[in-house]
Amino acid sequence: MIKYTTDHEWVRVEGDIGTVGITQFAQEKLGDLVFVELPAVGASYDKGQTACTVESVKAAADIFAPVGGEIVAVNDKVTAEPGIVNTSPMEDGWLFKLRIRNLAELAGLMDEEDYDALEK
Amino acid sequence: MAQGEVPLRRTPLYALHVRLGARMVPFAGYEMPLQYPGGIIAEHLHTRAAASLFDVSHMGQIAVRPRTGRVEDAARALEALVPGDIRALAPGRQRYTLLTNDAGGVRDDIMVSHQDDHLAVVVNAATKEADEAHLRAALADSCEVTMLDDRALVALQGPRAEAALAQLAPQVRAMRFMDALPIDIMGTTCLVSRSGYTGEDGFEISIAAERAEAFCEALLRDASVAMAGLGARDTLRLEAGLCLYGTDLDGETTPVEAALEWTIAPARRAGGARAGGFPGAERILDEFANGAPRRRVGLRPQGRAPVRAHAPLFRDGAGTAAIGMVTSGGFGPSLDAPIAMGYVSTSCATLGTPLDAEVRGKRLPVTVGELPFVTPHYKRR
Repeated sequence: MIKYTTDHEWVRVEGDIGTVGITQFAQEKLGDLVFVELPAVGASYDKGQTACTVESVKAAADIFAPVGGEIVAVNDKVTAEPGIVNTSPMEDGWLFKLRIRNLAELAGLMDEEDYDALEK
Repeated sequence: MAQGEVPLRRTPLYALHVRLGARMVPFAGYEMPLQYPGGIIAEHLHTRAAASLFDVSHMGQIAVRPRTGRVEDAARALEALVPGDIRALAPGRQRYTLLTNDAGGVRDDIMVSHQDDHLAVVVNAATKEADEAHLRAALADSCEVTMLDDRALVALQGPRAEAALAQLAPQVRAMRFMDALPIDIMGTTCLVSRSGYTGEDGFEISIAAERAEAFCEALLRDASVAMAGLGARDTLRLEAGLCLYGTDLDGETTPVEAALEWTIAPARRAGGARAGGFPGAERILDEFANGAPRRRVGLRPQGRAPVRAHAPLFRDGAGTAAIGMVTSGGFGPSLDAPIAMGYVSTSCATLGTPLDAEVRGKRLPVTVGELPFVTPHYKRR
């Protein structure tokens, strides 16, 4: 199952683990990424809290936790090479994985069809 | 459209930008290309390696024509508004200078060239109406001031710029940095200057609006030439240590604070042949002699995180009171590192001074570094 936020993040859910990244639209909008600051493994965030920051040549953007949870893994590859988020935002360019505290929070997110239809 | 919002203007190259897939953004009242599909970093690196074509038609092109027909009268009149030596400008030569205000601040940074019977002035887009009114009011007795709205302005920048433009106008090979000459290109007279805003060799070409697109298409047929947008223009000028008016320079900033002392011509300095005589001269010449309390410097963040405009700066490891602020900052693609410039207390302006920048509540170490960040490749001889 993959869900989307109105802030152009995606979360792919397997069991109680959610893998989070930014959408194709978001990476296009930001342009070439040059810096990614990932959260610390073990840190906890509530839904909507700033979990990390990505920066393009032009601007910095906060990435919010799409659902509440504890960070269990981060993608160090994108720290070393932020451009991976541009070339593969939905796969290799994932940002962090969190253990979802309350799966019911996922109900508040969009599925792919609704996200594609979202006025951007 | 929100009430009171002014519709965005388009340059003569708008259709070309759209056709080439540019992402258009509002800038200084115009719809301008931020980037093309290749992206800012690719456009930046292409400029340093080959040649890029920038639409800068949003900038103001102003003709200052002396009523007497003698260009020295226009030069004399303009010297009352700038600290530059305009009277010594030779025919076909261009100079960077500053329109100052009575408080010693900078109204605008401009280019002025001697075009035999008139002075050609290029001003910033955001300030062009104010500059036109200022020039007209101040020079009314001696000069006719005309905004050349019927001309496009394009910049061709990079090590391949000369070869590309020479295919259409071989005589540009003989030009050197800051020459500005009328040159026939594809059957129309253009004003070509060997200058730019990237730190690379290159040209800015003023061309009749209706000829601009065909001219750009002719240049783009050269495989070494590609379009570049405002995003790359900004990263290129930042690496080259060049100020952006409204960001690094404004009405509250003096030329000495901005480390632009070199724009104050020897003839206009204390003891010079025509000392002072420009707005704010008292303060500016005092700072020229005694220094200013703050100074524009280059900043090299130590980590990978960009440090952007408005980030406050602190003395290394200490201090709750900011000693300065970043005015331009981001990522330098040619350096593959974050770079910035800003203003700091003069006591912190020495090369190598360690400072902290506050970014998202965290203090990040930065070092005062040399400007420009990259070696310029102007064709001086």
